[in-house]
Amino acid sequence: MSQEAELGLRDRLAQLSGVKLLRGTKLSAELERLQRQLERLRQDTTDEEIWRSVELARHEKRPYTLDYVERMLDDWFELHGDRARMDDHAVVAGIGSLGGRTIALVGHQKGRDLKERATRNFGMAYPEGYRKAMRTMELAGRHGFPLVTLVDTPGAYPGIAAEQHGQGGAIARSQAAMLRLEVPTVAVVIGEGGSGGAIAIAVADRVLMQEHAIYSVISPEGCASILWRDAAQAKKAASAFKPDAAHCLELGVIDGIVPEPEGGAQIDHDAAAVLLREALVAHLDELAAVAADELRRRRRAKFRAMGVLAHV
Amino acid sequence: MPGVSAAGNIDVSIEHKKSDPSERDGGGGHPNTCPRCGSHYRDDELAEHLRVCPHCGHHFPVKAHERVAQLADPGTFEEEDGDLRSADPLEFFDLKPYVERLAEAELGTGLGDAILTGRTAIEGHPCRIAAMDFSFMGGSMGSVVGERFARACERAAEDAGALISVSASGGARMQEGILALMQLPKTVGAVGELQDAGGVLLSVLAHPTTGGVTASFASLGDVTLAEPGALTSFAGPRVVAQTTREKLPDDFGLAESNFRFGHVDAVVPRAELRATLSRLLRLFGASR
Repeated sequence: MSQEAELGLRDRLAQLSGVKLLRGTKLSAELERLQRQLERLRQDTTDEEIWRSVELARHEKRPYTLDYVERMLDDWFELHGDRARMDDHAVVAGIGSLGGRTIALVGHQKGRDLKERATRNFGMAYPEGYRKAMRTMELAGRHGFPLVTLVDTPGAYPGIAAEQHGQGGAIARSQAAMLRLEVPTVAVVIGEGGSGGAIAIAVADRVLMQEHAIYSVISPEGCASILWRDAAQAKKAASAFKPDAAHCLELGVIDGIVPEPEGGAQIDHDAAAVLLREALVAHLDELAAVAADELRRRRRAKFRAMGVLAHV
Repeated sequence: MPGVSAAGNIDVSIEHKKSDPSERDGGGGHPNTCPRCGSHYRDDELAEHLRVCPHCGHHFPVKAHERVAQLADPGTFEEEDGDLRSADPLEFFDLKPYVERLAEAELGTGLGDAILTGRTAIEGHPCRIAAMDFSFMGGSMGSVVGERFARACERAAEDAGALISVSASGGARMQEGILALMQLPKTVGAVGELQDAGGVLLSVLAHPTTGGVTASFASLGDVTLAEPGALTSFAGPRVVAQTTREKLPDDFGLAESNFRFGHVDAVVPRAELRATLSRLLRLFGASR
């Protein structure tokens, strides 16, 4: 896509909502796909729709990382442990085959029943989980495997041991590791993209969100309890910080939206996996044509440009 | 003993049974009254002692301009990117509009945002400095903090020089929503570019350094120093206590605890900070 076309699109995106033009942010997805998504944006997302995404993103029947892995990948081999201390079950990592190409995959993993939820710690990782992720990223880089990450966490675990083991540093270093990679990377928020715990594995060439996923700096409840001093105001908070996919696309934070089956991914896991697989294959095919150092340069430039500024 | 608990979690390494550290600064006393020993000081007395209690050694918070004055050679500091201001991309409104909070913060602090950046010299070693100010909206990181920090990295990288960051932050700025979260990879990437260019980041963690700042640039220093008693954690003690319903260690998240667990290279009293940074600048040869 030409620079002019990108800028034109950016203009139109900005006009649609009155959002200020994002300084220098480049849209990396191709024009046609974004134009289709502009149609979606034109019908401005309502507060009700935002809250529906919050509910669907957390739906107990929503497919989790391993549900997608078993439907999308052939010959999945799961890797365990951070090679230092333990195996964190809130993060799964491994290698497998996607359309004949070996990829590395890292994802948060929530539990389906009470017992598994405890084992998976509700998808809230310890630093060990992010170190397992980093180890897998490094493996991908060494062997030239594209990296796919699936983001689905309420946040990194806020626990005593998690702090003692260096939660903040692990999240920072995991982002640094993703920015160093010279292989194609695609991150997809498949449920909850909760703050630092999410961005730790979401610094990718292409960042996508499923239609009803949410991506936010804080949970609606957390935001409500701090700013409104009342967690029950979560719905109001969500309307204020707009964690839904349409708004994240509009702000230039994600590169595309992956459609879900009618009514949400929880209704038909197989159909959701087909749609996700299609998106992954399409993006990986595009990225495969880009030189390794150029991938890294563009990835760094994309995140460098994030934000909206004013001048005095 | 550390290990996997019955619940399948990995928690509980060390248990202490003392007071909740989140209470330690509570009470909202006079800003010049020491929360630890109760001594009270005139403003000029505290300033003369670098805002460290002469009686008990408690480190009071330091605002960005005063921090720079404590560390920099007199007359060497030149602010950069001072014209940058926050926009309001979400038209965020909680109990009051974000733009109003910004205006109040600027009036109250005289700063354009929660970080002050520029060029300076420490004991003759030229360097860049980025000092955060907790009194500007809790030192929260939005687009401007991210941008100023990233530009400071880039300027330091141009001559393979040094950037000294002094962080004091509650984390990402909620009012900028997901764009605030994006300042994490932005600053992480900027540190990477600085370090790839042969430059050095000296990260000083002041009280408090939490949330998104801990989860990004503040944790990536070539050398990481912390002030005594500074809370430097990802999650704050209140959140951890509420989530885990466990008794927190009395030194939870504090600089001394982070030193013990290997996340900090040294806990440096404020009176020694300037000399320590000067030594490091000399050792890294970043003063060329």
